[in-house]
Amino acid sequence: MKKKHLPQDKSSLENFTREVIYVKNEDGKYETELSTGWETKTVALENAWDEINRRTEEAKQECLDGKISPIGYYLELRLMDLPVLAGYTGFFKWQIKRHMKPNVFAKLSDKKLQRYAEAFDITINELKNFNPS
Amino acid sequence: MSEYNHIQTAHCENGVTVSLLRQQGLGFMNEPLAFGLGSGLFYIHIPFLKVNGGPAISFRSMPGSIFKRTCKTLNVKVERKKFSNKQAAEDFLDKQLDAGRTVGCQVGVFHLPYFPKEYRFHFNAHNLIVFGRDGDNFLVSDPVMEATTSLTRAELEKVRFAKGALAPKGHIYFPKEAAPIITNEMINAGIIRGIKHTVRDMLYIPSNVTGIRGIKHTAKKVRKWRDQVGERQAGLFLGQIVRMQEEIGTGGGGFRFIYAAFLEEASERLGNDKLMGISEQFTKAGDLWRDSALQMAGIYKGRITAQKDFDHAADIMVEIAETEKKALLDLSKLKLR
Repeated sequence: MKKKHLPQDKSSLENFTREVIYVKNEDGKYETELSTGWETKTVALENAWDEINRRTEEAKQECLDGKISPIGYYLELRLMDLPVLAGYTGFFKWQIKRHMKPNVFAKLSDKKLQRYAEAFDITINELKNFNPS
Repeated sequence: MSEYNHIQTAHCENGVTVSLLRQQGLGFMNEPLAFGLGSGLFYIHIPFLKVNGGPAISFRSMPGSIFKRTCKTLNVKVERKKFSNKQAAEDFLDKQLDAGRTVGCQVGVFHLPYFPKEYRFHFNAHNLIVFGRDGDNFLVSDPVMEATTSLTRAELEKVRFAKGALAPKGHIYFPKEAAPIITNEMINAGIIRGIKHTVRDMLYIPSNVTGIRGIKHTAKKVRKWRDQVGERQAGLFLGQIVRMQEEIGTGGGGFRFIYAAFLEEASERLGNDKLMGISEQFTKAGDLWRDSALQMAGIYKGRITAQKDFDHAADIMVEIAETEKKALLDLSKLKLR
């Protein structure tokens, strides 16, 4: 890519940093140049976030309808999957799957709930009394 | 605390390698050289692993390998440690810093406070440098950031013990002792070794998902996705490829431009004009990766979504595979000394 073709588009990196890209200068030699972003990938990232938000909304509705426990909602909200949540809580994946059932969740001890609350960065009360914004 | 000079690079592991080795007096070290000596160029469509139900692709070799290989090829001894105990990890870090050492740490980005929220996924193979501390405030040089920053003890502990795939487990690494004198002959020999390693990785690993065959493997999938999962989901998958290829850290064109810059430097150091010609071929490959990203963007923006548009994206990938294959074969035919 030639230096003059390097895009300088808006991205979420604005006010944080610019990124280093390798470009060819006028003499045909490589050098580095800072870029604010490239629209092509900004859209890819926005689409990924739209999808995350859609899934989170879906999980919220399922939770309100009593189909899954709040663990299923916070899992999506925190962009986690079973292996990540298993890592943070120390539970096995099959245990987490059980805890996502509302009737099992209702019987969980505070000690176990505390492990989930810490993993999700919320209080145990927020976890028990499901009332998402 | 010794003077510390922050160096921004495209990719985090290249950057940590460059900064740590320069701290040891290897003033010649730069990002393309670290990337080439460490045989960073690669391609893998990781089998069985799905990210958001979509493809997991990497354009570079295993995390940690660039630092490891670059140090090994230059005969720099490395200390590296992982921990099961958080307190032990903290104590060890404190001890190194108090002894005036600068160290590399593997971290997860989800809890990294100075990253924009939009970039904070559960990605655990990020690398940064800790170059000092002021009580419980740790001075951090993150190679992808323009300036240095800092983390509190609690923040640093959290990112060093992020969980999930490739969990860092407090992974810390640094050159153990001042590097010996490194001659130009040693650098040149390292360049040749690095090139051979890359040729081998990209052409001769007997697998359908790595190197040139890996690129074609992904191209085949791209043709099928529209039928298999529908336009919307297929578009998200393509967006995922573009992000892995172009997102902060690759230097553009899925690391191909950095590799071309490495071959340019190799050509000068070895006095071999043919390497310059092959550098041009990698520049072309990088440009084609950018073209492919543009074509995929047309699809995930919903502008062009017919099967022929998916086929066109796949066709570009096949062209990339052929371009890189030719460049690598040319590299393997060179009699480098």
